[in-house]
Amino acid sequence: MSSGPLLELKDVHKSFGPKQVLKGVNLDVSPGKSLVVLGGSGSGKSVMLKNALGLMTPDQGQILFDGDDVTHDQGKTREAMRARIGMLFQSAALFDSLTVWENIAFRLLNSDGLKRKEAKERAVESLKQVRLGSDVADLTPAEISGGMQKRVGLARAIVSKPELIFFDEPTTGLDPITADAINDLIVEQTKALGAAAISITHDMASARKIADEIAMLFEGKIIWRGPASEIDHSGNDHVDQFVHGRADGPIQPAL
Amino acid sequence: MSNASTKPKAGVPNPLQWLGSATLGMLAEIGRLSIFTGKTIGASFSPRWYPAQIIRQMIAIGFYSLPVVGLSAVFIGAALALNIYSGGSRFGAEQFVPNIVVLGITRELGVTITGLMLAGRVSAGIAAEIGAMRVTEQIDALKTLSANPFRYLYAPRFLAGILTLPILVLIADIIGVMGGWAVSTMGLGFDSTTYLRNTVDFLTWEDVTVGLIKAVVFGGVIAILGCYHGDKSSAGATGVGRAATFAMVGAAVLILAFNYLISTLLVDFGS
Ligand SMILES: Nc1ncnc2c1ncn2[C@@H]1O[C@H](COP(=O)(O)OP(=O)(O)OP(=O)(O)O)[C@@H](O)[C@H]1O
Ligand SMILES: [Mg+2]
Repeated sequence: MSSGPLLELKDVHKSFGPKQVLKGVNLDVSPGKSLVVLGGSGSGKSVMLKNALGLMTPDQGQILFDGDDVTHDQGKTREAMRARIGMLFQSAALFDSLTVWENIAFRLLNSDGLKRKEAKERAVESLKQVRLGSDVADLTPAEISGGMQKRVGLARAIVSKPELIFFDEPTTGLDPITADAINDLIVEQTKALGAAAISITHDMASARKIADEIAMLFEGKIIWRGPASEIDHSGNDHVDQFVHGRADGPIQPAL
Repeated sequence: MSNASTKPKAGVPNPLQWLGSATLGMLAEIGRLSIFTGKTIGASFSPRWYPAQIIRQMIAIGFYSLPVVGLSAVFIGAALALNIYSGGSRFGAEQFVPNIVVLGITRELGVTITGLMLAGRVSAGIAAEIGAMRVTEQIDALKTLSANPFRYLYAPRFLAGILTLPILVLIADIIGVMGGWAVSTMGLGFDSTTYLRNTVDFLTWEDVTVGLIKAVVFGGVIAILGCYHGDKSSAGATGVGRAATFAMVGAAVLILAFNYLISTLLVDFGS
């Protein structure tokens, strides 16, 4: 493993038709570090993650993973990269045709070739790590609450011990107490794995809790980046407005 | 404001421009569908396979379609017998009811009716299911978990389609012929044994195989149109609804077109 950043986005551009969403994003995360990206609704945070994961291809720019250019990787090399990455989707994105444990063990069953019994044990163990009992293992995603779905999504993201985990708005739509529990779990589990994390959020409480470093995405670019401790004196009007949640300032609410 | 503006007014499309962009759009769509089809077929005939998914889809597509296929076939067979009887009686040909029923059912109606019913039941269903998976990010999730949607989702549906449709069509053929037989013996005064003997005597393997070849093609069309429209479904309930509609209409039109095409290629007009 190289000593440089684990993941690096270089000058990433992405448009949908005439709409430019990313206009040259530069960002990197080092092994074991937790980076939080702030940004308003529709600012392109999810698009940025999808480009990083290769779910979308940048129009311009590069994605480097562990020093290798993976921007246009396909097939086996792409799968090898994804095997080292975990992802918690904004909507949890659990497969509703599978049970909770089959969701968690999906990669173990389908690509690592584990026996069902062993895979189930690993899934239940993972459930325990996100504070869910083995009784939910045989339920379907439709039968559990939103907060539980996020936990199952988290369990699915960590079960194969990834080096890098993406969290797309892990706390959105949850009550403050459940949200805080999720934040705790994210910190605890990434530390336990020694994994790097990139989290996206517009929830400041969550950002303060899980970030080593914070970056802000605005109008398709990273306009500020610094240690989490400096977020309150960033000296940047956009960041200030976001941190304090004011409607007036340089950022115009998207209404 | 100047009224001599040369700019075309928004909302009043220039017909030529409209025709041009519609044609281009259609060509692009055909191109995308062809690429999608190629990838699906490629994934279907190379490892790795997901047998559990294939079996699950064969049950969903094949087994659960039996009622709708059976009911459609029996009514079509019955109506066909009635029409041939009344039409044939105009020139004294009513005794040919069993022959024409079995020919019409095995060559055309059994397979087209099955195809069209499944365009509604299966193609739209697949599009809605895949579309919902697309908009809830499940397809992205699949990829991040190192599974290829073409192998895990689309190939099993395609294989299930081409494997189960021929079986469904055979069943539809039998039930359709029985529908004709029932009407003819109970309402039109045919003798049961004679009717069945005429049917079997007239039936050729070629008629059945033409139907089965069509069934394989239709099975592929139904599965691929469902997967394709689901895969490119846009967000929201309207996006998923539209995907289902497009899948159904597209599959139905393609089935009728392929039905004609295969008939032209396979039916022996000579001798
Ligand atoms: N597949 C797509 N096709 C077309 N436009 C897209 C697509 N994905 C995203 N967009 C557009 O890109 C913009 C950014 O979307 P994105 O989902 O990244 O926002 P976000 O920052 O994650 O917002 P939120 O906080 O609401 O999740 C939006 O305006 C969206 O309409
Ligand atoms: Mg988002």
